[in-house]
Amino acid sequence: MNLRDTPDEAAFRGELRAWLRDNLPEELRAHRGGAGRFEELGRAWSRKLYEAGYVGLTWPREYGGVGAPYSHQAIFFEELARAEAPQHIGVIGLGMAGPTIIAHGTDEQKSAHLRRILSAEEIWCQGFSEPEAGSDLAGLKTRAEERNGGFVVNGQKVWSSFAHIAEYCLLVTRSDPEAPKHEGLTYLMVDMRSPGIEVRPLRQITGEGEFNEIFFTDVEVPRENVLGEVGQGWSVAMTTLLHERGTLGFALTAALEAAVLKLIALAKERGVVDPGLRERIAREWVELQALRYTNYRALTKLMQTGIPGPEGSITKLHWSVSNQRLTKLALEILGPEAQLLDGGGYAEGYWQFQQLRSRGNTIEAGTSEILRNIVAERVLGLPRSR
Amino acid sequence: MDFAFTEEQELLRSQARSFLSDRFSLEAVAESEGRWDPATWAEVTELGWTGVSIPEDKGGAGLGFLEEAVIFEELGRVLYPGPFFATIALALPALAERAEAVAAGELTATLAWAEPGGPHTLTDLEGIATEARPEGGAWQLTGEKALVPDLGSVQTVVVAARGPDGLGLFAVEGGTRESLPTMDSTRALGRLRLEREPATLLVEPGAAEEVLHRTRVRALAALALEAVGIGAAATALAIQHASTREQFGRPIGVYQAVSHSVVDAYVGVELGRSLAYWAAWCVAEGDEQAPIAAAAAKAQVADAAVDACERSIQVHGGIGFTWEHVLHRLYKRAQWIQSFEGFGPVLRAEVAAALLDVSDAESEVLVEQQTLETQEVA
Repeated sequence: MNLRDTPDEAAFRGELRAWLRDNLPEELRAHRGGAGRFEELGRAWSRKLYEAGYVGLTWPREYGGVGAPYSHQAIFFEELARAEAPQHIGVIGLGMAGPTIIAHGTDEQKSAHLRRILSAEEIWCQGFSEPEAGSDLAGLKTRAEERNGGFVVNGQKVWSSFAHIAEYCLLVTRSDPEAPKHEGLTYLMVDMRSPGIEVRPLRQITGEGEFNEIFFTDVEVPRENVLGEVGQGWSVAMTTLLHERGTLGFALTAALEAAVLKLIALAKERGVVDPGLRERIAREWVELQALRYTNYRALTKLMQTGIPGPEGSITKLHWSVSNQRLTKLALEILGPEAQLLDGGGYAEGYWQFQQLRSRGNTIEAGTSEILRNIVAERVLGLPRSR
Repeated sequence: MDFAFTEEQELLRSQARSFLSDRFSLEAVAESEGRWDPATWAEVTELGWTGVSIPEDKGGAGLGFLEEAVIFEELGRVLYPGPFFATIALALPALAERAEAVAAGELTATLAWAEPGGPHTLTDLEGIATEARPEGGAWQLTGEKALVPDLGSVQTVVVAARGPDGLGLFAVEGGTRESLPTMDSTRALGRLRLEREPATLLVEPGAAEEVLHRTRVRALAALALEAVGIGAAATALAIQHASTREQFGRPIGVYQAVSHSVVDAYVGVELGRSLAYWAAWCVAEGDEQAPIAAAAAKAQVADAAVDACERSIQVHGGIGFTWEHVLHRLYKRAQWIQSFEGFGPVLRAEVAAALLDVSDAESEVLVEQQTLETQEVA
């Protein structure tokens, strides 16, 4: 056990910290996010990160990655959070599409997409959820019919981040409606510029449009865009979700760290003296350490065995409620000012935006209820509920 | 960055777990009503556990707090009722000169600092009124000590008392000892009355504060580790019960109201485990974060262990509420741990002070973590 950086890790951290100090544009510092807000800046920033060698840290070199140990990825997120720098804009491509293509893609698919994902030339979105298939993903209805050697797609997807700016969509479709629910699914990589695709932003409780609905009407998808085998879409989708939850921990810790540091700064600025509030602020810091060190345990296991341990499954459950509690606490510290938004309020409505946004945390990327089912059945070995 | 126990440490854990489950099972604790059989101390010392952190030339293993951490967690898991925490976490830092006897299992001890009118915690040493008087080359102590852990089980008491030159630590073999009815019967608290009681000086005035401060940090970390063991044991019982108990023709674990509560217990304990291991590492390394890490971990893990016990009692239904079942003993130990040096809010107030009442530069130590420090190349 050694919680300090190794000489190699310390060198990487030092270089990265210096690079961020010299290269982070001021208008991106402490950007509160939201895909609609910063597409241009975000693409340029992502490209800069890529050119400096900070994207695809754990991806194999042959696919344009750096081939570095997982600890570098963790350090990258920590330093980004400390510098208040935004992440690479291609979250879905880096976290989900890329790893799935590496696992299931053909050589042609790998060379067509992987480098472009890293450089942010290709932003990806995810076409999983549907109006009637949320947690029960295998109930999806979007239809892919084989025609003229390719597929024709009809249907609707929802809750798709980045769809309005994405070049590609990771789409799970039903190719065989006669087959049992989990069979007969096919995984497609769909060019978002194809005729017949319509993207409609969904306005969220924050007032912003971060998610979208995607409508597919007779969209033609060439056969070479099938990822994995026809009919094997469920197992390919599971690879994607494994990666979504597997690499999430570092990013979540970084996001929570940034929020806790802001909370402490706010409390100091406002001179919070109430012992109850002070204790709750301390608790948020402790909860952050719990998340951080749980991640470190998971990271160590991953580096030693190559297989993620059960620790990873609890980080999102913990992060989501921590972020919800913390952002509400910040509003309490603001007191009567908590209602004021951009222009009149504190930090341009940062906390109000974050508090409202946090309600999505227990829903997106697996609801807390579904995550508890997963922990109950796969980690604790409790009898299956379905 | 390497946040795992070594192979040797894991071997120590698996040996401890298999020995303890054979010899000191939770069932046995329930059957014996939580009473300690002093004859078992020889078995514990034979395994080398009392000498883990004692130097080799004094009969110990010359290892560190991380190895002790493994033992604390495993002993907590089975609610071992002997004075291990009292001897190793509370008394040993003041017993450097008697370490050989501790390693050999010939000496059990505890620490007495609190007094009836206060202070109650190790953060408030100013108020200690027990008096130490030099009498012809020896010492005599007079005063009353309260809330002394395992007073009824140990031979020697390390007493914090005020002499002409300030606060010192003294060894007392006698005194009037009264073990008080305690919620957690496996770790009773006692009252010690001293009336010109002969004593031996262990730690000189001037050094005693530092020893007590170090003891407090070690003790908080040790209890966080015990709490991990308690919480994990309570969660394991809940999983077992939810998997086997059938109602409406199915094991009750299929119902999400039951399974999700068990998951919440598990998640709390695992998050706490991370904090406890972090604190253990800080103590082992003498890291400057150790006092805050230990306070944060003890506060959080004790609460998590209590929560896991409460959820487990609920999942067990009526049987979990009975005296025969071991759950209430785990629950009471978790509450004992909660109360030591103050419940969560008291300890979190310390964390708050370290975060909020200092300049940005001073809080850097908590914010920056261990980054940019390189590990020493051996």
